[in-house]
Amino acid sequence: MPYGSSEKAADRPSVPVAIKILVAGGFGVGKTTLVSSVSEVRPLRTEEDMSEPSSLVDQLEGVERKTTTTVAMDFGRISISDDLVVYLFGTPGQRRFWFMWDELAYGALGAVVMADTRRLADCFPSIDYFERNGMPFVVAVNCFDDARRYPSETMRSALNLTEDVPLLLCDARQRTSSRDVLVALVEHAVARLSDGPAVTPAR
Amino acid sequence: MTSGGPWPFVLRPDGGERVVRPYALTAGRTRPSGASIDLVAQVSVVRTMGAELAPELVSDLGPEHLRLLRFCRARVSVADLATEIDLPLGVVRILLADLRERGLVSISQPAAAGLNDVRILREVADALRKL
Repeated sequence: MPYGSSEKAADRPSVPVAIKILVAGGFGVGKTTLVSSVSEVRPLRTEEDMSEPSSLVDQLEGVERKTTTTVAMDFGRISISDDLVVYLFGTPGQRRFWFMWDELAYGALGAVVMADTRRLADCFPSIDYFERNGMPFVVAVNCFDDARRYPSETMRSALNLTEDVPLLLCDARQRTSSRDVLVALVEHAVARLSDGPAVTPAR
Repeated sequence: MTSGGPWPFVLRPDGGERVVRPYALTAGRTRPSGASIDLVAQVSVVRTMGAELAPELVSDLGPEHLRLLRFCRARVSVADLATEIDLPLGVVRILLADLRERGLVSISQPAAAGLNDVRILREVADALRKL
């Protein structure tokens, strides 16, 4: 049964299948644009405990007692049917936000890592993260109008991507283009199920 | 609404803007009670607010609890609730756990099983193609 276990099964026998997809990448790479081109996007606020690495970055002088930081995520929902809903979470990609990714990644189908050729290194931490926890991911290079185009092979090698990780060019402003990225991710997850070991929820 | 409960809250006289810091709504608690609550867990009311509710169940609930109860009359995800009610996720989780403890809402954790079901994933891919 693909349905979730219910604490009070008698009250609500069927729970919709929730497909969680993360959209990661550096600041200004187009995460919000991508999520909003395929769904109605809303800001989701989280108040997170400050992690050690974050404490090194954030200036705490004068706010020594501040122990939480507010992180806004882009939240989008695509209802496929009453029983099947895709949830998109656009998350900040910097390494200092990894502490909140563990929870986001739990039970997620996979991730879209967005890249900008002008600042390719910004997506390295995201790629590192998903490689480490074995979650399926695709890299979507957002083709900004003024950014130089490079052959896929050049970008693959710059990102040090293994062959099995799909790399796509996209225009996050275009609904069809963003949609194709999501389709590629789902197909990649299916392919991994078919030939690889079963996907285990990351944590 | 009650004002003597354990959840301090301050609303402007016009009933608008919240002026307390978010965790004041949870009496300073930063962790929800009971089992963890996933971002995409589905919440629904078990008992609707009304005359049948025992006063001791709701007498010390804050207005944010009651707002949450109203929003989850139809089944809704935790993330949806947090955006609807415009409170940080952590706060929403704590308030939901309070409601769960009183048996007012049921929270169904989503199963990761769908992720290993090729049939479901193909259905998702097909539906996305039609977007």
